[in-house]
Amino acid sequence: MSVTVKIPAQLRAATGGEGELEVEGSTVGEALDAVFDQHDGLRERITQDGDLRRFVNVYVSGEDIRFQDGLDTAVSEGDEVTILPAVAGG
Amino acid sequence: MAVESLKCKECGESYPLEARFVCEQCFGPLEVAYDFSGLDPGEARRKIQAGSRGIWRYSDFLPFESRPADPLEPGLTPLVRADRLAERLGLGELWIKNDAANPTHSFKDRVVAVAIAKAQELGFETVACASTGNLANAVAAKAAAVGLDSYVFVPADLEEQKLLATGIYGTKLVGIRGTYDDVNRLCTELSQTHPWAFVNVNLRPYYSEGSKTLAFETIEQLGWKVPDRVVAPIASGSMFTKVAKGMRDWIELGLVEGELPTFCGAQALGCSPVATAFAEGTDVCKPERRPDTIAKSLAIGDPADGPYAIELARDTGGVIESVTDDEIREGIRLLAETTGVFTETAGGVTVGVLTKLAESGAIGSDERVVAYITGEGLKTLDANREAFRMHEIEPSLDAFEAEFGTAGVSA
Repeated sequence: MSVTVKIPAQLRAATGGEGELEVEGSTVGEALDAVFDQHDGLRERITQDGDLRRFVNVYVSGEDIRFQDGLDTAVSEGDEVTILPAVAGG
Repeated sequence: MAVESLKCKECGESYPLEARFVCEQCFGPLEVAYDFSGLDPGEARRKIQAGSRGIWRYSDFLPFESRPADPLEPGLTPLVRADRLAERLGLGELWIKNDAANPTHSFKDRVVAVAIAKAQELGFETVACASTGNLANAVAAKAAAVGLDSYVFVPADLEEQKLLATGIYGTKLVGIRGTYDDVNRLCTELSQTHPWAFVNVNLRPYYSEGSKTLAFETIEQLGWKVPDRVVAPIASGSMFTKVAKGMRDWIELGLVEGELPTFCGAQALGCSPVATAFAEGTDVCKPERRPDTIAKSLAIGDPADGPYAIELARDTGGVIESVTDDEIREGIRLLAETTGVFTETAGGVTVGVLTKLAESGAIGSDERVVAYITGEGLKTLDANREAFRMHEIEPSLDAFEAEFGTAGVSA
């Protein structure tokens, strides 16, 4: 499954400035692992002990993965996986 | 003594004082750091007392080198002693901080004053926000007052009063078909591509500092004393934690003696991710997907400062409680009938939780309690339509007597 992972501006130093990455994976976790394979610096910035850090939100086509199956949330061909900071609002 | 940098609350990484809100190392929230070395507490107090009649009297404790110009200065709202309410609740000393008495009738004028002053300093021409209503009013008004363009994003199903009191200022009002958290996500995405100052996204570290002025005023209005207990509403948890920060800073700097109060947070049961996490003994706030409460201004399903709010309540021996919509309505009525202050639903949440705490015996009779009323009742009129009935009569003495008998007649 080929999906697009959107990288927020705050993390682009770790992707050489790239804001969108095309990767393969059948779940959000697999897609993120594929991103980390390309840009290792991202892994520790957004995950800790295999889980997302607490101020990281991930959406599949606009829907928060915490309302689905977390990192096990299935992704379909062409889906957009968006990483965003969680500390906004209020 | 000066504002120094932005600092990550999680890992401590420092950043320059720019429009940024997230740590690039760990994605934690950034907070303003100051260097208060050499501060003379007596001199600081004198300077405050000689200052303006609003939040800028505290500008030495806000993120600016010098006091910004502000044509719509908020703050110095009344702190009223609420003896009748205290008596009803069986409490000793109760104070109501009526922050509806601000230019757009909520505490949001404080945070917006700081954020928009910073936006001007940083050279932004357009300001924006993700709002549950009160912030929308405040951003639209302040942008109009200082002559900046503004975009205000809200859930489309907000109270009519809050939409009207936003649109009137000539802002671009954008109603999103979704929850507040959908609005917030969209604004976070827009902040990536638009060179705008989103007051509660990319300017959030500055914005949130404005809530410290609630603490400063309370201390000053109590005659330079710290309360024993604070009861305040929690939406994102930002205001709740910043009131504590303001009090802690002044205690540490010697401007006031005492200890940090017991912090009690208030949420609506229909959107209570922080209260739920507190009750479950965790600091992971499970987001609420479909908030369902009349307290729309507190309906944030994914609260950014939830973990810090929980930590604060625990560390100070407080709690985070929630109340039903009926208890919110009852809270609004109780406050109005005993203090003459008419609050919006968020204030009903605060008074509802205060009532619950009082009834449970959690509050000692010797405690000095301050409850924060953050918004105005005229903004949420639908909540209390059934709270009373009007006696409609013909304009005649007979009609009056038929309705009320001879009540009030002197012999």
